[in-house]
Amino acid sequence: MTATEFQPAKTEVRQPILQARNLVKTFGRVVGLDGVSLDLYPGEVLAIIGDNGAGKSTLIKCLTGAEIPDSGELKVSGQPVHFKRPQDARVHGIETVYQNLAVSPALDVASNLFLGREERLPGPLGKIFRVLDTKGMRRKAKEELTRLGISTLQDVTVPVENLSGGQRQAVAVARAAAFGSKVVVLDEPTAALGVRESNQVLQLVRDLRDRGLPVILISHNMPHVFDVADRIHIQRLGKCAATITPQSHSMTDAVAIMTGAATA
Amino acid sequence: MTQQQTAGPPAAGHADPAEEFLDRQTPLSRIRNILHRYPALSPAIVLLVAVVVFGLLNERFLRVENLSLITQQVSVVGTLAIAQTLIILTAGIDLSVGAVMILASMVVAQLAVGSGAPAPLALLLGLVVGLAAGALNGFLVTRFRLPPFIVTLGTLNIFIALTLLYSGGSTVRGSSMPGLLTWMGSTFPVGPVRISTGVVMMLLLYIAVAFILGKTAWGRHVYAVGDDKEAARLAGIPVNRVLMSVYLAAGAVLAIGAWIQIGRTNAASPNAGVDLNLDSITAVVIGGTSLFGGRGSIWGSLLGALIVGVFRNGLSLAGLDVLYQTLAVGVLIIVAVSIDQWIRKVKS
Repeated sequence: MTATEFQPAKTEVRQPILQARNLVKTFGRVVGLDGVSLDLYPGEVLAIIGDNGAGKSTLIKCLTGAEIPDSGELKVSGQPVHFKRPQDARVHGIETVYQNLAVSPALDVASNLFLGREERLPGPLGKIFRVLDTKGMRRKAKEELTRLGISTLQDVTVPVENLSGGQRQAVAVARAAAFGSKVVVLDEPTAALGVRESNQVLQLVRDLRDRGLPVILISHNMPHVFDVADRIHIQRLGKCAATITPQSHSMTDAVAIMTGAATA
Repeated sequence: MTQQQTAGPPAAGHADPAEEFLDRQTPLSRIRNILHRYPALSPAIVLLVAVVVFGLLNERFLRVENLSLITQQVSVVGTLAIAQTLIILTAGIDLSVGAVMILASMVVAQLAVGSGAPAPLALLLGLVVGLAAGALNGFLVTRFRLPPFIVTLGTLNIFIALTLLYSGGSTVRGSSMPGLLTWMGSTFPVGPVRISTGVVMMLLLYIAVAFILGKTAWGRHVYAVGDDKEAARLAGIPVNRVLMSVYLAAGAVLAIGAWIQIGRTNAASPNAGVDLNLDSITAVVIGGTSLFGGRGSIWGSLLGALIVGVFRNGLSLAGLDVLYQTLAVGVLIIVAVSIDQWIRKVKS
C-alpha cells in the first residue's frame, strides 16, 4: 500500500482534469442531484460512496454523458463541455466501465479492446474491402496491456467467456484505460468478484493511478474504498455530504456521514 | 499476479486448490471446449458420418450424379440459410425468408413475362423487393422494438398475401421466361460432375459473407450485437444501424435466392417454398449457430443445409417413406440444439 503519499493540499494549485459545479438533476418531482460539485485531479483515485438513492449513479451518469443534468456545469481540463450521449464523454477521454461489464463474451480479448474502434489494414485491402488489421490489433492490444501493467491477460486471442471474473473485469478496465483516455470511471468493479479477484482489480486501479490516470470509483464496499481511494466523496440525499480522505476519517466516520448520523 | 498454471489455453490460472478441482479438465470437457471454439466442427462430423453411412447403405448414393443432385437440391435452402444465419447471429429469427424469396421471384417473373421488362431490370427490381422486405422487418425490429419472431411472423403472412394478390395465384413457367432468369438452373460439367450455376452462385455468396463476417468490423459488430446488445451499445457500436443493415443484407441475399429458385424449379410459383422458412432455420440450427445469437459460423449453415439434403436424399435412396425423412430432420434439430446447449455451458 503506497497510497498515502498523496497530498490533498498540493492539489489546490493543480488544475482538475474533470470539474463539476452545482449539478442539478430532477426526475419529475424526485431530486436526483441537488447542486453537486466535484473535482478530479490527475493521478488520484476518487471514490464516490453513498447509500442507495443518495445520487451516486445519477452523478456518474451526468459525468459520463448517460444523463444530461438540468443545470450546472462540467469542465474537462478547464474547458466547458456538454455531454448529450456517452459517446460525447468518450470523445473527451472519459471512459466508463459499467457494472454489468460491457464486454462481448464470444469475442476474444483483442477484439473486445478494439470493439467499436476497429482498425483496418492499410492500402486497398483495408480501404476498399475494409479488411480488419487483426494482427496489428492483437499486437497493439498486447502493447497496451503491458503499458497498463495488466499481467493477468497473457493471451489476447482467448474468448472473453473463457476468462475468470477478475480477468473479464481487467479486460473491461483495460478497454477504458487504453488508447489515450483521460479519466476512467469504474462502477462497482468488485461487486461480483471473489476476494482474490477483487484484490487483482484493486491492484489494477492502483496501477492506473500510478501511471497518472485518474480513476473515479463507485463502490459499496468500504474496505475496498479505504484501500485504494485518495479522496472519498460522500453523497447523501442528492448532495455532497463531505469529501474526506482515508487518513482524515475512519470507515465508521464515513458510514456515519453517509447515513446522516454525523457531519464532516 | 499468478501465471497460468493449469494446462490448456482456456483454463485460467487458479491458485486455490478447491477452484482447480472444480475446473479440472475431463476428456469430455476438452471436447466441449474444442466444439465451442469451432462451431462448424460438429456439423462437419455429422455430415461426414452421414455420407459414409448412406454410402454404405446404398452404392448409388456416392455416385457423382447423385452428389451433384444433392448440391442442386440444397442450393435454394442453402442461400436462404445465409440470410437466416445473419439474422440469427444477432439473436433474431426470420420466419419470412421463404415468403420474401417467393415474392421477389414472382415480381421478377411477372415483370419479365407479363410486363415485358428486360431481364436485368426485372432482376434489379427483384433485388429492390428483397431490400424493401428486409427494410420493413429491420424497421419494425429497431424502431418499434418488437421481437423479430413476432415481426417476421406478421410479415410472413403479409408477404404470402402480397405474393398471391400480385400473381393472382398463377405460376409463370420457365419456358416463357428470358434465358437470364432461368440461367441459375443451367448446369456445366466440371470433370465427371455437373454443377449448376445456382450452386456456384450460392457458394460465391457463402465466400463473400464468410469474408465479411470474419474480416470486417461490420462482421464483428454483428457478433457483438447478438452476443450482448447492451454491451455492444456501451462499447459505442450503433446497434440499431447494425441490425438494420443485417436485415437489408438478408433481403438482398433473399432476392438472389429468388433467382436461384426460378432456375432450380424452372418456374416461379406463388405456392412454392412453404417449407423454406423453417427449412432455412433448420439448416442454421443444425449448422451449430446458436439461436441465442453471437455464436456460430456461416460455413456451419452450409454444412447444415447439406446435412438436411443428404439425409433426405439418403433416406429416400434407402427406400424409406418421405415421412421418415421429416422424422429424421426433426430428430436432427433437437439433437443439434441439445448439443448447442451443452457446448454453451462451457466454463473455464
